[in-house]
Amino acid sequence: MKLTAGAVIVEPGNAAKNKTGSWRAFRPIIDVEKCTGCGLCSIYCPEPAIHKGKPAKVDYDYCKGCGICANECPFHAITMVPEGKR
Amino acid sequence: MRRMLTGNEAAAIAAKLARVKVISAYPITPQTVVVEKLSEFVADGELDAEFMKVESEHSALSACVGAAAAGARTFTATSSQGLMYMAEMLFIASGLRLPIVMANANRALSAPLNIWCDQQDSMAVRDCGWVQLHCENNQEIMDTTIQAFRVAESLSLPVMVCYDGFILSHTAEPVDVPEQKDVDEFLPPFKPQYALDPEKPVTMGPMGVPEYYEEIKCMQQEAMRAAKEKLVKVDVEFGKKFGRRYKLLERYHSDDADVVLLTMGSLSSSVKEIVDRYRERGEKVGLVKLKSFRPFPVEELIDALGHAKAVAVLEKNISFGSAGALFLDTAASFVNVEKAPLMLDFICGLGGRDVEALQIREAIRAAARAAESGEVRKTVRWLGLREKLVGLRT
Repeated sequence: MKLTAGAVIVEPGNAAKNKTGSWRAFRPIIDVEKCTGCGLCSIYCPEPAIHKGKPAKVDYDYCKGCGICANECPFHAITMVPEGKR
Repeated sequence: MRRMLTGNEAAAIAAKLARVKVISAYPITPQTVVVEKLSEFVADGELDAEFMKVESEHSALSACVGAAAAGARTFTATSSQGLMYMAEMLFIASGLRLPIVMANANRALSAPLNIWCDQQDSMAVRDCGWVQLHCENNQEIMDTTIQAFRVAESLSLPVMVCYDGFILSHTAEPVDVPEQKDVDEFLPPFKPQYALDPEKPVTMGPMGVPEYYEEIKCMQQEAMRAAKEKLVKVDVEFGKKFGRRYKLLERYHSDDADVVLLTMGSLSSSVKEIVDRYRERGEKVGLVKLKSFRPFPVEELIDALGHAKAVAVLEKNISFGSAGALFLDTAASFVNVEKAPLMLDFICGLGGRDVEALQIREAIRAAARAAESGEVRKTVRWLGLREKLVGLRT
């Protein structure tokens, strides 16, 4: 890839190539027993990297680990676990 | 057609002849007339352009950035504090590689408040990634502004056309105003490589992460290098069409001179007069007038100055704690050259102080003494300084 003058991006949507999941320090883990599939987490996720479902599904390629989903989940079904720990 | 024009009028008429599509500027002495003239042209229907009134220079250049990004030929003008207020956007315009052309009527910086000429303003933003061209007279302002659009648009680089406030901006001289049809032939409509267009979406101004930022900056430096050749090419073409050429620098009786003065802007005219006097007496004194401060023509300067015994730089700016900007770059040009001339730096003409013939002769005498003795006692000096007022002498 050759850069353009002024770093103009001529290929719209190529932000997807930047896998921001590598920034993550904390990993959201879904408790499948507690998750009701309400989808509130997917509405709050700024990326969006968590998708509605029962249970909700995290896209770890792009999840930056901000923890908003865990904070917002009314059923406390999401726990933030330090990366590298199980 | 030959007309009596001030420097400001020459800049405004040149922008009109270039058929600029968007102008955004904020009035500031001594540049105000440029903005006044252009707004008149637009209001009278002589120029088909959008004149965007804004509340500050920061906004003026921001508006120009948007207009240029949309693919419009864009012009602005400022001076001094206005240029300082634009500083943030100067770097953004060049980083985005937008070919905006600006007229800068050189004026001193506050404090103390001073509306008169020196070149501290443009020197303070020398690193902003704009091509910086300095003009000696009103004809050169006219011609340089027209050339500037060609250079800017072919390399996606913004260009600043600098000329001395009041000395040129407010002084009327006979100026040959090119015909519109000739300018149209010389300067075809702007066709941007990329433009903001909903039909063809692009992203301008993305985040430049560490993995890419350095390469993007290197591309700016490469474009500046290319600008040197482009300036020459455009100047040659301009010369063929309009009969006037300027080059990156002008050599005035300098090729066989032992003592060479180096200046920028209107001061060059004064120095030429003095050089003539010395030449009448058969003394080998010459002048190199630098037009292109950015890109800095290192090879051309080495070629023009390398043979001299002593070079005296006369400049209307100072980098406090160091020396004048022109001296610094000139000295750096010779860093890996085996035989370099001795160099003296003369700070002069700050805040509108007149640079008199006597002072120019003083600089020549000091350089001649250095040439003769082979040593420079004091590298950076002030011309016309009243030392008693500073307490340097009782």
